[in-house]
Amino acid sequence: MVDVINKSQKGPFVSLMTGLPGGGKTFLGILLVAALLVPLSNTLLPASSPFHVPTYLVSLMGKYVCFALLALSVDLIWGFAGILSLGHGAFFALGGYAMGMYLMRQIGDRGVYGNPILPDFMVFLNWTELPWYWYGFDMFLFAMLMVMLVPGLLAFVFGWFAFRSRVTGVYLSIITQAMTYALLLAFFRNDMGFGGNNGLTDFKDLLGFDLQATGTRLGLFVASLIALAFGYLVCSFITQSKLGRVLVAIRDAESRTRFSGYRVEYYKLFVFVVSAVLAGIAGALYVPQVGIINPSEFSPANSIEVVIWVAVGGRGTLWGAVLGAFIVNWGKSYFTGSFPEAWLYMLGGLFVFSTLFLPKGIVGTSANWIEKLKNTRQGNPDIGIPLPVKEE
Amino acid sequence: MMTTQANEPIHQDMASILYLDGVSVSFDGFKALNNLSFVIEPGEMRAIIGPNGAGKTTMMDVITGKTKPDTGEVFFKGGIDLTKHDEAFIANLGIGRKFQKPTVFESQTVFHNLELSLKGEKGVMTTLFAALNDEEVARIMEILGVIRLTDKASDLAGSLSHGQKQWLEIGMLLMQDPDLLLVDEPVAGMTDAETEQTAILLREISATHSVVVVEHDMEFVRALNSKVTVLHEGSVLAEGSLDTVQNNQRVIEVYLGR
Repeated sequence: MVDVINKSQKGPFVSLMTGLPGGGKTFLGILLVAALLVPLSNTLLPASSPFHVPTYLVSLMGKYVCFALLALSVDLIWGFAGILSLGHGAFFALGGYAMGMYLMRQIGDRGVYGNPILPDFMVFLNWTELPWYWYGFDMFLFAMLMVMLVPGLLAFVFGWFAFRSRVTGVYLSIITQAMTYALLLAFFRNDMGFGGNNGLTDFKDLLGFDLQATGTRLGLFVASLIALAFGYLVCSFITQSKLGRVLVAIRDAESRTRFSGYRVEYYKLFVFVVSAVLAGIAGALYVPQVGIINPSEFSPANSIEVVIWVAVGGRGTLWGAVLGAFIVNWGKSYFTGSFPEAWLYMLGGLFVFSTLFLPKGIVGTSANWIEKLKNTRQGNPDIGIPLPVKEE
Repeated sequence: MMTTQANEPIHQDMASILYLDGVSVSFDGFKALNNLSFVIEPGEMRAIIGPNGAGKTTMMDVITGKTKPDTGEVFFKGGIDLTKHDEAFIANLGIGRKFQKPTVFESQTVFHNLELSLKGEKGVMTTLFAALNDEEVARIMEILGVIRLTDKASDLAGSLSHGQKQWLEIGMLLMQDPDLLLVDEPVAGMTDAETEQTAILLREISATHSVVVVEHDMEFVRALNSKVTVLHEGSVLAEGSLDTVQNNQRVIEVYLGR
């Protein structure tokens, strides 16, 4: 009782300082340890040591961390506000393209054609000058601003129309798919000016640091961890606040929330834009670590996969989404290496399995067990926010 | 937000809290409301009865901004034209609505259900940084007492019994501190004891608020001891005390299906 009142009386700042929800501190601790130990192990330990983390593994984990941030952004809207976006890969890819454009401009005259201004693919297409929308991407700060602004703006415009027209549920999911598919087709076209089918690649350096160098790779890994921790704190702040409780209210009983005096469309729009910006940041950190961005990142299947990560980890639990992203992607890396033809079946099977047997995902289900164990003694732990009992 | 009030003509019937005149709504040719007119006075408790399909829920939808009428006037507090506003705006104006099926935020605690319904600024940024003050906590505790759920405050709303959910939803309306409460079938599915408690609760509430109750249960309507309006095929069939209405020949015909 007192806990419940305190949560509302302290407000989101104090709530976040004094206690993160369900295992949040442990989660941030793990990120910190990884940020310290992985670079140390990579640089100090000899390659023969069993604890040595090779550079390729650093980049692979860096990629997973970016996926984890993407999963977190989907969990924020799906797990808490009930907005099932099947097109979140679009925001990830747009962030990635913004970073890619900066990296292209960094190449300068070191490209195959040696043009100091135009990227190779533009020279190849016989373009004589840089399109206006490529201006400014030679400046890192401008590019970073675009990493957040472009996905945020698309989410704002898309969300404005969708939420104001009260498009919900499966219809919203379908138009998010249409959105990412439309972008996929657009970015495939050469005359869009984003490298068409091949996308943007052959990057050389970032802020003057060689992208192939181990130090840069470690730096990107740590930067990704920091971004994930930042994203986690932002999502925790939102979900711990009264606004977070309004989101859950919208998820569980949208019209009740309206009749309680909340403009549901503005709340959805707010959280959708925040989520898109986080996805954009994830994409921007992903691109320099994998060395390429092309239209396939917009493919609807990619976005659906993100939803599977969140479902497996546990929607509405934040760090469960992170865990899901790691587990599924680790599985993907392992099984596509060992049993390439079986992976898609396993992914589908995993989704069916978690829907049937782990409706709250790994984290939600195990939290339930822990709660049951504790309740036999007494006490009532505050782990995540339970999923809706049943909507009408 | 309230400036719209100044731009609109002040309605002749200044005294009424709710004024419906000639309201018609049709869905695909079916007339859900047909020239419906009635007036609720400030502080009044009114029971609205009628067979299924009489238009009771559509009437609520029109008053709360969910459905726009094809024709007719709907005025709140004499001067506010409700047909021009949406649900959230009307809720903040001071009209609370309880659904037929109890609708509460099941995965949140009873306390937080009431917190979310608290009257006040409901913008996105205000809500993001909101923190309850002592006064507001006291207000929530007061309502918890009124709806007899004080010892359930930290339970999830989903774990409440059907009757308790109905009360919680009424409590959520009270948190909004509305001038007018619209209550749709508050005792559907309740035990006799709960029904009796609910009648007492609504009479308590009507001491300080205008209340419109839509109900099927005649025993309950009798317990409310209020003026009754009978709806039939989208318009008013009869109005008066329960006894007058029950002896009305047309009402008897409609209810007996002759």
